[in-house]
Order: sequence, then C-alpha cells, then structure tokens
Amino acid sequence: MVRFLLTRASLVVPTFLGIVFLAFILIRLVPGDHVEVRVGERGISPERHAQLLHDMGLDRPLYVQFADYVGGVLQGDLGTSIITHRPVLDEFLALFPATLELSFFAMLLALGIGLPAGIIAAVKRGSIFDHTIMGASLTGYSMPIFWWGLLLILTFSVGLGWTPVSGRIGNDFFFEGTSGFMIYDAFMSDEEGALTSAFSHLILPTIVLGTIPLAVIARMTRSAMLEVLGEDYIRTARAKGLSTWRVVGVHALRNALIPVVTVIGLQVGVLMAGAVLAETTFSWPGIGKWLVESINRRDYPALQGGVLLIASLVMAINLGVDLLYGFLNPRIRHKR
Amino acid sequence: MTTAPATTPTAPKVVSPRREIWLSMRANKGAMAGLIVIVLLILIAVFADIVAPYSPIEQFRENFLQPPAWVEGGSWAFPLGTDDVGRDMLSRIIHGARLSLIIGCIVVTISLALGIFFGLMSGFFKGVVDIAIMRFMDIILSIPSLLLSIVIVAIMGKPDIAKAMIAIAITYVPHYARLARAAVLTELSKDYVTASRVAGASTRRLMLDTVLPNCMAPLIVQATLSFSTAILDAAALGFLGLGAQAPTPEWGTMLADSLKFLQRAPWVVTFPGLAILITVLAFNLMGDGLRDALDPKLKR
Repeated sequence: MVRFLLTRASLVVPTFLGIVFLAFILIRLVPGDHVEVRVGERGISPERHAQLLHDMGLDRPLYVQFADYVGGVLQGDLGTSIITHRPVLDEFLALFPATLELSFFAMLLALGIGLPAGIIAAVKRGSIFDHTIMGASLTGYSMPIFWWGLLLILTFSVGLGWTPVSGRIGNDFFFEGTSGFMIYDAFMSDEEGALTSAFSHLILPTIVLGTIPLAVIARMTRSAMLEVLGEDYIRTARAKGLSTWRVVGVHALRNALIPVVTVIGLQVGVLMAGAVLAETTFSWPGIGKWLVESINRRDYPALQGGVLLIASLVMAINLGVDLLYGFLNPRIRHKR
Repeated sequence: MTTAPATTPTAPKVVSPRREIWLSMRANKGAMAGLIVIVLLILIAVFADIVAPYSPIEQFRENFLQPPAWVEGGSWAFPLGTDDVGRDMLSRIIHGARLSLIIGCIVVTISLALGIFFGLMSGFFKGVVDIAIMRFMDIILSIPSLLLSIVIVAIMGKPDIAKAMIAIAITYVPHYARLARAAVLTELSKDYVTASRVAGASTRRLMLDTVLPNCMAPLIVQATLSFSTAILDAAALGFLGLGAQAPTPEWGTMLADSLKFLQRAPWVVTFPGLAILITVLAFNLMGDGLRDALDPKLKR
C-alpha cells in the first residue's frame, strides 16, 4: 500500500512542474511588453522602462526567472494583482470559500439525485423510468448552463418571485462573516432570516452548477450498475433468495460505485469550469467571476495565479481519487 | 434427375461492416432523431441566405424588441420577434446555425489532426517522445477545458471567433492524442502490421496507410461528441465576451447581448439558448448511437 501511495504521488511531481511552467510561460505570451501591459496607455520613458524591467527581474535569463518563479510558488508567492496591488494568493483565498460553498452544494445535489436515478434506471432497465431518466440526463449533459441559469431566473425570480436574482445574501443583513462560507456565517449570526436568505440565494446557482455533474453521474451509475448486475455473483445472490433491493443495495452497489468514484473526481474540473459560467450568470462573488473580471481588466498576474491554483487543486483531487480508487480496488493497488 | 434437397443450409447473408453500422444506428431511435435534426441543421446552414427572411444584421429600428408572432403585440413579419435594435431573431438564429456548424467543423478538424499527429508519434516512436508528448497532454488535461480556452483567448489579445476556435481546439487535442495512441499501440501488436513491416513498408507508410485507418473508429466517435462540446464551448466563450463579437449572430454572443432585456423581452434570451440546446443534444444523441454501433462491446 505504501509503495502504491508513493508511486502514484511521485507521478504528480512532473505534472505539477509542467503546470507551473505553463503558468510561467503564459504571462510571457501576452502580446506586447510586460512593462507596457502594466503601465497601460500612459506611456513611459525608455530609462524608466529599463528600470522597471530590471526591478521586476525581467532582464535576467529566462531559466533564472523560472527558477525564481518556482521558488516563489513553493513559498506561496503567486505575484501581485496589477489592479488591487494585493497578493494574488490572498485574493484567491478570500473568494475561494464562495466557490467552494457553491460547488459543495452542487455536488451534493448531483450525488443526491444522480446516484439514485442511475440505480433505478439500471434496475428498471428498458422501462419508462429508464428512458425518462436517460433522456433527461442527456438533455442535462447538453445544456448550455449559462442559458439554463437565465431561464431559471426568468421563471423563478422574475416570474414567480420565489428566489433572488443574484448575490449570496439579501442587502438587509449586515453581519461580519468570519469563515467566508455564507451558510455558516448566516447561521452563526443572530440576525433573523439570514440563514433563509442565504439558502434562497444558493438554490438557483446550485441547480445550474449541479446539472452537468448530475447528468454525468446518473449515466455513469447506470452503466456501472448494469455491468455489475450481469455478474455471476449477483445471480448467486438472487438464487439464494435475497430481495431485489438487498441484492442491488448491498451486493451490486458496492462494486458499481468504484468507477463512479473516479467520475465524481473528474467532475471537480467540470465544477471549476462551470463555476466561471454560473458565477457570471448569478453575480456570485467567487473564483470564476474573479477570473473573468481579471481577464477583462488585463490583470495577468491574477489570471496566472488563479489558473495555477485551480489546476493544482484539480490535480490534487485527482490524485486523491486515484489513491481512494486503489484503496477500494485491491487489483489496482497490487498491479505492477 | 433429382433436384438438390431443399435442406441445403444457405450461407448466412453477409452484411458489410458499413451496413451493419447503419442497421445498428437505425434501430436506435435517439440516434435517428439526432441525425434528422443534424441533416435539417445542415440544410438550414447551407441555405441560410434563402431560408432566413432577412439579413441577420439588418435593423428595423421602428420594430425593436417586438415579441414573437404568437404573443400579443407580435406579427408574422418577425416570427420569433426582434432584438433591441430591431434585428429579426429568426434570421439571426438561422445564420447562427451556419456559424455554429462551421465552428464545430473547424474545431474538430484542428484538434483531430493535431491529436492524430501526436498520437501516432507517441505510439510509433515510444520512449522519450512518447513520455514527453503524453506528459504534456496530461498537463493540458489538468486544467479544466473551458478555463484553459478562456486563458488562451485572453493571452492572444482582443477576442474574436477565430481565436476562440483555436483555443477550444487546443484543449481537445489531448483526448484525441490519447485515443489515437491507445489504438495505435493495439494495432501495432497485430500480425498484419508485422507483415507489412517485413514486406518493407516505410514508417510513414505504416503510420498513415496501414495503421491509421484501423484506428479511426474511436476517433470518429470522439469527433462527433466533441462537435457538440465545441459548439457549447464556443457559445460559452461568446457569452463571456471572449468569443464572437457583437454584430456576429453567434448564439452565445446573442445571449450575452440580450442580458439587459431579460425581464422586458424574455424571447431574445429564450431562442438562442434553445437553439444551442437542440443542436448540442442532436450531436450527442448521434454520437452515442455511433459509439454503440461502432463498438458493440460498450453497448448496454
């Protein structure tokens, strides 16, 4: 097991260095000079230009700059935002809880509906249930989620007035959040109705962000379940006279969930990409919206740091899933 | 003279592989529905200038934000209504279909070509080349594709539709490269390749004429499926202001432009999105059907 852990973990190192390199190169591919990008359209004298280049260390050889950048990254220095002049890492960490909160509930929704739907579709294969669930999940999978968000706003916010249009909580609440997780902060505050308000702001974004993972999980659960249900040991279990739900819920599900775990891990990347669209649609103050704003403001250090952090996060979670997979499935663990 | 006994077993009817795929597709209702929609879309795209009642950028200033024909205040002159500067929604959506299909074609072609190139290189030359290419693909894959294409567009300067297509295509390359490599490795171990090699075929001939045609099945399926994601991603970039720019009748861009009128004129938001959904769904249905037809092992 230890050997398996170490091999898998060591494979991540070159990929991580590659990501850092990509992030490093990225900012240098921006057309125009780095200094000119920073000073904007004000113009600058050649001496001052050279001085700034020197100050930023951009007149050194590229490999020295790269080594310097890697050193900085490993110490948590991801550069400074051009616009706010705050460290990129601080900005990211301040906004990340909002994205994490949204992603958490989206994943909860996707699992809470996707898993049972997939299981029912597999058990009742070929029935109207199966067709409906699979049709709905293919539609969800094909959904332009930014439009889906607008449609939900039109129906539930504008039409029925049930949910707010944007933001994380009503304007009439003034408590100081400590954790950055609105649900938790609202719960801890003594203001009446804060929690309800926070939840009502969360509903539509959660549905929008959860749609694609839900569709993927339902489809994957169904096909994994169908495969397992065809195995001999399931027939044995049935022949022993166990009830259908015992066979499905206890014997089949445990094995069917193994491939599903991988798919769930892969959804983290989907969630991060989806967050960009969902947060833009609902003005949700998270990482996705921040990245789009950084692009529009030409804040390249913020973009660079943000991409590096998200890619590292996705990589770390995939590694975690890989290890979990090995833990669940001894065949993987012992393979040489 | 006695006639041959009637019990002579007749040989099973030979069905060509291509016909087999078609028969399997035809049995799949979803795939057929997808195919019909796609054919319709292609016809609409090709004959957009004839089908569309107006030019997509012609402005009827006195008729701005007119609702669809069946809603009160609408007229059949503009069946799906007009947008904020009085352009006919139907004409814009029809021309958007042309644009979306072109986007799909170009993105899939670029990524397929690059993917096959890297996959063949990786599979044939193994060793350092293989490791270098595959590690690089892993790195690209570790960044969520929409995010990566956003970043690529951002560093290329002022966004436009061509940059968006290149950016999206780059993010799809690893999928094709991996599939091509896996298929190449499987094929390389087969006898016909060895035979061809013994007969003196050059590496180039082995790659392109001997091995590649036998690797196409998974690539074709992936191409159909990524056709739909390409359309979806291009629309997403357009929605974020990083794809096609304002007067272009691109569905995602149209959505972004109409956000201000969400409450006043829901139709300017509804129809472009519906167009995206229907198109993407059609390609996914057909891709699924094609996968089942080409690879019966996966069928369930």
